[in-house]
Amino acid sequence: MEQEIKLTKLASCAGCGAKVGAGMLARLLDGLAVRADENLLVGFDKSDDAAVYRVSDKLALVQTVDFFPPIADDPFLFGQIAATNALSDVYAMGGEPRIALNLLCIPKSMPDSAVHDLLRGGYSKVYEAGAVIAGGHSILDDEPKYGLCVTGFVHPDKILTNAGAQPGDVLFLTKPLGAGILTTAAKAELCPPDVLDAVFARMTTLNKAARDAMVQFRVHACTDVTGFGLFGHALEMAQSSNVQLELDASALPIPPEALEYARMGILPEGMYRNRKYAEAFVSADDVPLEVQDALYDPQTSGGLLIAVDPADADALATELQKTVPDARRIGTVSELTGEKQIILR
Amino acid sequence: MIDARGFSCPMPVVMVQKEVKKSAPDQLEVLVDDPCAVENITRFANNNGYTAASRKTGDEEFALTLTKKA
Repeated sequence: MEQEIKLTKLASCAGCGAKVGAGMLARLLDGLAVRADENLLVGFDKSDDAAVYRVSDKLALVQTVDFFPPIADDPFLFGQIAATNALSDVYAMGGEPRIALNLLCIPKSMPDSAVHDLLRGGYSKVYEAGAVIAGGHSILDDEPKYGLCVTGFVHPDKILTNAGAQPGDVLFLTKPLGAGILTTAAKAELCPPDVLDAVFARMTTLNKAARDAMVQFRVHACTDVTGFGLFGHALEMAQSSNVQLELDASALPIPPEALEYARMGILPEGMYRNRKYAEAFVSADDVPLEVQDALYDPQTSGGLLIAVDPADADALATELQKTVPDARRIGTVSELTGEKQIILR
Repeated sequence: MIDARGFSCPMPVVMVQKEVKKSAPDQLEVLVDDPCAVENITRFANNNGYTAASRKTGDEEFALTLTKKA
């Protein structure tokens, strides 16, 4: 009989919630020499999702790496989530994934069949994205971790960064929030199976359809919403673009169960970390605390946050409706007026 | 008294929630060794008719006192 294995029990923290906090990361990178290269079109100076390197006037490489400890108990599902999440950074830059390498850490105690299932999950999503897996690297570790290094292609004139948002732009979010809270509730076996299944279904939905929809329009900025939560990634966009983002609390896609667990104090550690980092730049005083929690909640394999030219907003909404039914119009971009760069009301 | 030391989030707040549901105590002492648990239990208390006061009792240890609101 096959050994039943609960992957999340092998890890002390889960998914993108394991990410080193934004504040700590800034401290760790401080003082490291950054070498300039005229073909490096996007480096880490603007906290973007992936690096972009120009190969020719018509082609740039989009490179990203992403890996984390298990967020799901089922190895195949975890593999799918990790791959969907890694591929997402390429989509967020407006690119198309082409080639991927596995990054795998496994404990000796993990059965071969579970490792095989994990990889099978990863492969399935990479193939769905139209890319290939060309190899990878595996090491023994106390806790399992999986992810991929993904290289994609983009036309150098069509790169989408988080730095181009302009006053007047309309903001879209392509997946619901609350994933960190709901998976935390699942750890205590509180989250109903159908609610958890819906969370995992979203985590394994490639941002490909959202990317394919948005590149048809005048999108000024894009990022994917992952470990720093919507507020954290929105703040990065606002800071890089030197604008203010105004979010409409009533338009935000938050599952009611996530709000319920937030009120009960079932919140992941990463939520508090994200709050600490971003709250000085966020104005949300009139909005219930549980809604704020959902916006600081670390997401794993979250949706794209898109800032589109207002003249194209309706057309993008129509296009998204066809292939990304979860997508919502969640706010607008405005001139920066004070120190608060994110306004939630 | 609930000793939730050694339990990582969200278990400590779940243990508190169970106790409150079962016996609705006027006062409840909780020991934890995870800063996230202090935050979560405080959040739970504020939303469920209790006030919470926490104090550091060791390097990585905290004691919370939950008191039913009048």
